[in-house]
Amino acid sequence: MPSDDVAHTIPAAQDSCRSCWLAAPGLLWMILFFLVPLLLVLAISFASRGTYGGIVWEFTWANYLDLLHPLYGKILAQSLWYATLTTAICFLLGFPLAYVIARSPARWQPVLLLLVMLPFWTNFLVRTYAWMILLRHDGLVNHLLLALGLITKPLELLYTPTAVVIGLAYGYLPFMVLPLYVAVERLDPVLVEAAWDLYASRWAVLTRVVVPLTMPGIVGGCILVFIPSIGSFITPDLLGGARSMMIGNLIQHEYLVVRDWPLGSAVSFVLMGIVMAAVVLYYRQASPGDGPLEGR
Amino acid sequence: MAIFSTSPLLASGQSVSSIAPTIDIRAIVRNHGSVAAVDHVSFQVQRGEFFSILGPSGAGKTSVLRIVAGFEDPDAGDVLIDGRSMLGVPPNRRPVNLVFQSYALFPHLNVFENVAFGLKMRRVPAALIDEQVRQALTMVKLVGKEGRKPAQLSGGEQQRVALARALVNKPAVVLLDEPLAALDQQLRQAMQVELKSIQEQAGLTCVCVTHHQEEAMMMSDRIAVMHQGRMWQVGTPREVYENPRTLFVSRFLGVSNELPGRVSEAAEGAALFQPADDLVPGFPVRSGPEPSAGCPATWSLRPEQLRMSRERPASGDTVLPGVIEKILFAGSETKYLVRIARETLWEARTTGNVQPPYASGDPVFLHWALGDGRVFFE
Repeated sequence: MPSDDVAHTIPAAQDSCRSCWLAAPGLLWMILFFLVPLLLVLAISFASRGTYGGIVWEFTWANYLDLLHPLYGKILAQSLWYATLTTAICFLLGFPLAYVIARSPARWQPVLLLLVMLPFWTNFLVRTYAWMILLRHDGLVNHLLLALGLITKPLELLYTPTAVVIGLAYGYLPFMVLPLYVAVERLDPVLVEAAWDLYASRWAVLTRVVVPLTMPGIVGGCILVFIPSIGSFITPDLLGGARSMMIGNLIQHEYLVVRDWPLGSAVSFVLMGIVMAAVVLYYRQASPGDGPLEGR
Repeated sequence: MAIFSTSPLLASGQSVSSIAPTIDIRAIVRNHGSVAAVDHVSFQVQRGEFFSILGPSGAGKTSVLRIVAGFEDPDAGDVLIDGRSMLGVPPNRRPVNLVFQSYALFPHLNVFENVAFGLKMRRVPAALIDEQVRQALTMVKLVGKEGRKPAQLSGGEQQRVALARALVNKPAVVLLDEPLAALDQQLRQAMQVELKSIQEQAGLTCVCVTHHQEEAMMMSDRIAVMHQGRMWQVGTPREVYENPRTLFVSRFLGVSNELPGRVSEAAEGAALFQPADDLVPGFPVRSGPEPSAGCPATWSLRPEQLRMSRERPASGDTVLPGVIEKILFAGSETKYLVRIARETLWEARTTGNVQPPYASGDPVFLHWALGDGRVFFE
């Protein structure tokens, strides 16, 4: 066997070297456009603000310690809550939608997917303005509810947390639908029939077979909705008013209004930590051991 | 279990009033658009019986199975299982389990969890589930593989899991959809024997859908031949093979050596068959079920009834001369395609080593006993 070992090591070593070179362009790209900016932000988060808004390169923990102030904690908790709520709403709306699309006749599927993505053809800002028109005091939603006799006086919708969550859920629903569609489309319909044949009720078919087998899509969709939701600033800015501030607004505020780049950078890093923790948590829960994620 | 294992080998016409059938299908119809996929199909299956529905793809046999399982509703007719009408009853409330052609094992569950699925859904106590799953796995010889995921099993093992997953529930009927189609030839033959012995051992009532005639004949107590949505004949494998009621059944159940022509001079149980090709001499035949002289008809004979020799045989056999056109060596037997008319090749077979061997182009005589072969009227 020793001769075998020798014969195998040499090409293997050459192979790994070759794959190094093949990865080089991608690696370079990642270093240049991802790692360097990231390190820059990290460096700034440990610097301090100059009197007129510049960066003074003096190492300090002050920015992170500042974030312990309850006001920041409240904004953080609020952001987490809005993003979680948005993700949940997107899942509850997106799952049936993705299921219907994936199970509709093959020639209709591209059209239905196009309809899901159609809003992307208009600028996000413009669409958020449209929601302002819909939700305002004499807006379409209030008019409709009044006409139907469901309410007697107009609801205060705009500039409330409700409006923020509506706007976020509206904006990020396609990010939920697309990965879910892929997951459901890959689910063999025969498995649903098999479960049904084996005495499973419709609810049991859903929870025991459909959800576990589409878990990669569910996790993907939730991550894709949660991350932009927690960091968004346009939607809370336009629909939320002063008290619905989210962490994204805080970052924007620190960078552009207060011009405190070090503090803004520190907030950015905390946000990134939260997002990463959330992603890790999701994957941990979704794939105990050799779950469907690795099985495929 | 012993009381179930005596399979009531009931022939198609026999009275079954003494025992209530497990499955009673009454004139079901299922239309797909303007085409009747299932056209007034009726049959009964007795407890412990292995019943196969045999037919080419598109014959409607899978539709019949899906109607029994509850995935499709018949447009007319009734499905009774243990005397209860199943119309409007969803699959999860029917006492039947389907073994899918692709097995449809749950990829996220291991072997044990797959087999336990049905019991769990019916809220059977955990200790009982444990015991019953173990029994089922013993029966299909999969003990020790409980923890494997379906992807880690071979095709044959997956097939066993699918079978165990159905029979662990002790359903009134196990439905099998092309159960062995995904296996390779050797494994398939081994599984035929094993599936049959598990069925007998557990006293299972099975309805099996297949397009593989040999498989159906070897495993079934009775066979139904289906074509274009209709059942053409139901009977024991021997009955259907030896006394096919139509030319289609004859062709589908094996090789049918045929000759078009017409019957003339039907008299006293014997008649003369006059081939359409005037180079082929007429020969005596047993008259068909309706001896209608002059009607266009087709003569059909199984290859194993046909004998081949170099010299004209002296016996009272019916003889036709021919020329060997092609020789197909298949190991245990050799097949010869013999031209007996301008447009007709017949298949004859020899087993063992024939000395001296036949060669292509050899003139031979094909002969058969007077009682063999059948005439089908169009």
